[in-house]
Amino acid sequence: MQLESRHLLGLEGVPRKDITMILDTAVSFKKVLDRPIPKVPTLRGKTVANLFFEPSTRTRFSFELAEKRLSADTVNFSAAGSSLSKGETLKDTARNIEAMKIDFVVMRHSAPGAPHFLSKCLNSAVINAGDGAHEHPTQGLLDMMTMRETFQSLQDIKVVIVGDIQHSRVARSNIYGLLTMGAKVGVCGPSTLIPRDIENLGVTVYPAIEDALAEADVLNILRIQLERQKKALFPTLREYRNLFGITRDRLDRSGRDITIMHPGPINRGVELDSDVADGDYSVILDQVTNGVAVRMAVLYLLGGGRQKIEGDDHAA
Amino acid sequence: MKVKCVIMDKDDIARSLNRLTHEILERNHGTDRLVIVGIRNRGDMLAKRIIQRIHEIEGKSIPLGLLDITLYRDDFQRLTDRPVLQETDIDVDVTDQKIILVDDVLYSGRTIRAALDALIDLGRPALIQLAVLVDRGHRELPIKADYVGKNVPTSVHEQVKVKIKELDGDDEVLLME
Repeated sequence: MQLESRHLLGLEGVPRKDITMILDTAVSFKKVLDRPIPKVPTLRGKTVANLFFEPSTRTRFSFELAEKRLSADTVNFSAAGSSLSKGETLKDTARNIEAMKIDFVVMRHSAPGAPHFLSKCLNSAVINAGDGAHEHPTQGLLDMMTMRETFQSLQDIKVVIVGDIQHSRVARSNIYGLLTMGAKVGVCGPSTLIPRDIENLGVTVYPAIEDALAEADVLNILRIQLERQKKALFPTLREYRNLFGITRDRLDRSGRDITIMHPGPINRGVELDSDVADGDYSVILDQVTNGVAVRMAVLYLLGGGRQKIEGDDHAA
Repeated sequence: MKVKCVIMDKDDIARSLNRLTHEILERNHGTDRLVIVGIRNRGDMLAKRIIQRIHEIEGKSIPLGLLDITLYRDDFQRLTDRPVLQETDIDVDVTDQKIILVDDVLYSGRTIRAALDALIDLGRPALIQLAVLVDRGHRELPIKADYVGKNVPTSVHEQVKVKIKELDGDDEVLLME
């Protein structure tokens, strides 16, 4: 069994069988994490470079943990104090990595398409850990894995993504992945933060949160960012909460049991209230656990990592 | 590959498993701390049968473990295709237990080496013994079976194919070339 692509650059266009393969494999890896020695020797001798040009804690931790659990060697490049601040181009950074014969590159960058660019100049396998507002495929995958745990199948479940869809790579990856797997996807948020024509992707737009709550099986709640408020995309955090905040009250009034998800970090009291985030229907912490398992699955399935080329030393 | 001959038919297999079960109980003086761990695929089904036989003989239920050794293989660098990963399912703590590993065919010994690594990552067993249905020779590592159903000398061009009813419809051991 093998994935169609040598890289994981996004979920757009990834066939259903590949997503299923990753999710199924992640289930086995999740079990590894529960063992007294939560480690397997599978990627021993392989090197993974974590290139985080944008700050990140949880995604980087999660990837690093996944890599170490597979016994791979990890090297971390972070933007601050690196050669980038000295004006090195992405292409040159890539060439240097290539010269060091790195097997996998996990990359987060503010420019959409940066990992795609890198995949063309490197023999290493490239995994997109977030490129601007474009995609965050491993987040989409771990979200789907978590939903599958609750609902057994993703077919026909109704997922509504709430919040700043416009600037969200998590939303986009969720949309692409869930639609491929046969789920029904909706979005809800301030109209200034919902991309025009998003219905063309096959997504339903819910104007008001109550409409979404009336139909959703799952709410995937996005973090509302203060920076967007400063750009006058919505008036105040308080108004956002009044209109779209997920509160115990709102959920009770809908009278339905809805699974609550959030990619983190949560702005408690803004897009999501604490009692809901920590409540019975919240699977937010499962998302975090599943994140490590999914990333292990992706690394495992992307094959040996580097493409074998002439002049490479033989693998040990 | 074509079938050269039938090495064991379903009665032969049943008799061997019966004898293996008795040998396991004899050598270990009963069922105390015994855990039978089958290596997927097919080793796990044989393990289930041994557990059932133990229950019939001694009236006791022994824990069953299922082991997938895919992540411990030593040949990843050579594989272009990722083998299908199945779950390892061992509910009990293996520390201080007597583990009987069960597999269908013993050949190079590399699968067993991987199984040993996998088991030791789970804890510290008191001992590990190996039971196989067929030993076909050609060991590449210093590994030996404690309990053998049948010794079958083979050449490297031949293949021993074990068919198990639950997976393949019938119980049979075939020699292929």
